[in-house]
Amino acid sequence: MAIPETLKKKAEEILFRYPEDRRRSGLIPLLFEVQRELGWITPEAESWVVETLGVTDVNVREVITFYSMMRAEPSGKYLIQFCQNISCCLTGGEEIQKHVEHKLGIHPGETTKDGLFTLKCVECLGGCSWGPMMLINEDQYFQLTVEKLDRIIHGLKAGEPVPADNPTPLLGNVAGEKV
Amino acid sequence: MAANGNLLISRNFAVENMASIDVALKNGAYDQLKRAVKMKPEEVTELVKASGLRGHGGAGFSAGTKWGFIPKDKFPRYVTVNGDESEPGTCKDRLILERDPHLLIEGALICAYAVQAERVYIYIRGEYFYPTKVTAEAVKQAYAKGFAGKNILNSGWSCSVHMHNGAGAYICGEETGLIESMEGKKGWPRLKPPFYPAAIGLYGAPTIVNNVETLAFVPRVMEIGPEKFAALGTPKNGGTALYSLSGHVNNPGVYELPMGTPLMDLIHKFGGGIRNGHKLKAVIPGGSSSHILTAEECENLPLDFESVASRGSMLGSAAVMVIDETVSIPKLMHWMVRFYAHESCGQCTPCREGCDWLLRLSKKFIDGTARKRDIDDMWELADNIDGKTICALGAAVAWPTKSYLVKFRHEFEAVCRN
Repeated sequence: MAIPETLKKKAEEILFRYPEDRRRSGLIPLLFEVQRELGWITPEAESWVVETLGVTDVNVREVITFYSMMRAEPSGKYLIQFCQNISCCLTGGEEIQKHVEHKLGIHPGETTKDGLFTLKCVECLGGCSWGPMMLINEDQYFQLTVEKLDRIIHGLKAGEPVPADNPTPLLGNVAGEKV
Repeated sequence: MAANGNLLISRNFAVENMASIDVALKNGAYDQLKRAVKMKPEEVTELVKASGLRGHGGAGFSAGTKWGFIPKDKFPRYVTVNGDESEPGTCKDRLILERDPHLLIEGALICAYAVQAERVYIYIRGEYFYPTKVTAEAVKQAYAKGFAGKNILNSGWSCSVHMHNGAGAYICGEETGLIESMEGKKGWPRLKPPFYPAAIGLYGAPTIVNNVETLAFVPRVMEIGPEKFAALGTPKNGGTALYSLSGHVNNPGVYELPMGTPLMDLIHKFGGGIRNGHKLKAVIPGGSSSHILTAEECENLPLDFESVASRGSMLGSAAVMVIDETVSIPKLMHWMVRFYAHESCGQCTPCREGCDWLLRLSKKFIDGTARKRDIDDMWELADNIDGKTICALGAAVAWPTKSYLVKFRHEFEAVCRN
């Protein structure tokens, strides 16, 4: 598969952000765009990134293997990243995680046979006051319950996605309550 | 909804479309940048220093003092906004990025002017897709109105503002790990000295790394003046803070309250008390890296850096996690240790090996296979990580581990086989 033109244009935009002799700084943002465009970092795209930035194979490899969001293999159409950290566990995240596993018939790290869903359990996603939370691709979902999760999964299967919680709802006195 | 006059940094969070620059300008955005560029750069630094504004990322270092560390004749200089927000329990920067990104951009630019930087990088963790989208759009709008770019507000000073995302690594919240990551490397923290990136930072140049909340406070400090700002908090702790409240309270959320607000007020008066009428067991006061506090230790505790430290813990990022009587501390230990085992960057042997070992031991207390000697082994492991690593992540796992074991030893003993 050839590298799409849109990706090449994106590379130019990214490299504009850094001093001319610091092209390597564009590495993580560029790999991100590769994933966004191709779904994962294909070996061909990896070589293209090496060439585009003028770095070594090892420079790219070490970044792909270090950062947990880098995907060196394909995943399902919907990547579910479920938070398993303290605040989400305190608010029932473990039960909901078990429910997702049961519902989709997969364990964390696996993809459903129809290629629709990949489940990953991840560390803190920064939604602690709205736990339990998860990301599906680039969308955030907060205050999960078994019912809410069922609706979200059903919506994706039916092609009628439940709107994501963008922006994050205001909870606490920052919502405007007088103190 | 209208702006809320009782709040400082969050007063416009509920204003509709505040991320759009036209709405932001109607609410006073960039007024303080206009003032700042008419002052001498060092006057701006002095003003921030006098306000007592401290870093809200975790270490609580005086912001103005940090800016003052920039060497006199070294150029270029950079400002990097730390939006990695990855200390478990912390979820306040996301609201600034989503709800009032212009406040952050203005604060970062005022900082850049004070230290005469030519570039600002806004580093946001990779998982924050939506906050990144909103902030990136706000940056574009700021350029279009001439607040960023060449000859800003005819001051003769030019500064560009750029976005940069992380890709899922807690360690990149550590400022030198963040800089390595920005240079396109894995986020291995740098050896100290030099202690401050202000001397040698991004690309070896003087760099200020400040948390999102810290920089977003800067326009407000200028607006109300350093004296008034300082007076809001407790001695040495200026202003207000965004407290991230999570766990077993009736009303979790983000609360903007004066520095030094009593912990029990946050939990009961603001957080609505403990869920389901349960009793409070413990509180993690400053993100998962802080020492746990027993319910008794939570009494009469003002939430400022010195007071929480004097009780043997730390305010950190002001992320308060509330734990009720239904939670087993060995289980909590497992959740906590699992995080550090996943996030250890692997650079220093004590942390890389120690975290993994702690995880295996902590699992035994859940499986019911632990023996009493495992309690002491865990303590010793933690002690062998503490203070023996390049960055603070070593202490970040060692401190809570030790505190859980010491303060709740009976709970660990109760699940041991012998």
